[in-house]
Amino acid sequence: MSQENKHKSEWPLWEVFIRSKAGLDHKHAGSLHAADAQMAIENARDVYTRRMEGVSIWVVESKYIHASDPDESESLYDPANDKVYRHPTFYNLPDEVKYM
Amino acid sequence: MAKQIDLLDYTLRLADNELIIGHRLSEWCGHGPILEQDIAITNIALDHLGQARSLYQYAAEQFNHLTQEEKNKFFASATLQNVFTSGASIDEDDLAYLRDVWDFRNVLLVEQPNKDWAYTVCRSLFYDAFKFFFYTELLKSKDETFAAVAEKSLKEVTYHLRWSSEWIIRLGDGTDESHEKMQAAVNDLWMYTGELTAMDDTDKTMLSHGIGVDLATIQPLWQERVMETLKEATLTTPVNTWMQGGGKEGKHSEHLGYILAELQFMQRAYPGMDW
Repeated sequence: MSQENKHKSEWPLWEVFIRSKAGLDHKHAGSLHAADAQMAIENARDVYTRRMEGVSIWVVESKYIHASDPDESESLYDPANDKVYRHPTFYNLPDEVKYM
Repeated sequence: MAKQIDLLDYTLRLADNELIIGHRLSEWCGHGPILEQDIAITNIALDHLGQARSLYQYAAEQFNHLTQEEKNKFFASATLQNVFTSGASIDEDDLAYLRDVWDFRNVLLVEQPNKDWAYTVCRSLFYDAFKFFFYTELLKSKDETFAAVAEKSLKEVTYHLRWSSEWIIRLGDGTDESHEKMQAAVNDLWMYTGELTAMDDTDKTMLSHGIGVDLATIQPLWQERVMETLKEATLTTPVNTWMQGGGKEGKHSEHLGYILAELQFMQRAYPGMDW
């Protein structure tokens, strides 16, 4: 690896979250490299919002994202498969209950 | 009548600054130091080109209203003369592609080569800081087109100035090597900054009509803003006061010819081509 490439790889990776309009939540848009948080926000502005995709940006250094283990998917997520009663639509509401 | 000629001259100065710095920045496209900055600098280049277009459209409209005699005197570039001496009206593309060096009125600063990232962001800082204060004043212009262009451009230049300032601070206050390169760029480009705020007859005429900007009021604001950034970047503001000039009157450095050769080649070789 050349000296130049080595320097490039020293910039940490950041995850970018974009709010598409006021009232909506921030959604993961992608990732990018930047020297620090401020540069990450500026880079995110240029990379992810130049087609009017957003009104607010969050960035977090990728190393601070902790993810669930894909190998544990069965034990983590499959048990929810047969619990339809957890959906509010499972219950019949009495007519007297309004505004639900 | 002098007012109309001066207004056209003034419009072209603003437009040419935008086209030439936009072209310079676009030269980085595909060569940026990192993907994210390649996109950033190309976005900024396109902002400049967009502003150039609005101003060229306005300039073309003004030019087409001149008398034939005034037209013949205004531009000396043969290819452009061929268009209007045949009685045709000119448009934004004719102004960008068919004028030769001496008919361009941009300041010398914007045509200086990219050289390296330090030179590129330094040139941008000097220009962006000027443009920010200039367009803030131009908002009050009696000329409605200028005021409208200023309003739209201010949002863009506010970001450009932030971007270039950030880079100056990062590189100036970075490693020994980046500091040295940043200081070299500041020192070399300094002599092109005087022209930005030097008033000439056209500037004075436009100011007296309430159309143009008083550059004397811009100068201290520019100086303060630039010095503030250089100080934060641990860089030294040059003390030399001898300044280059001539761009506004069409006297350019050798660099502009090379820029135009690349920028205008297609339209010169294949007149009227479209894609």
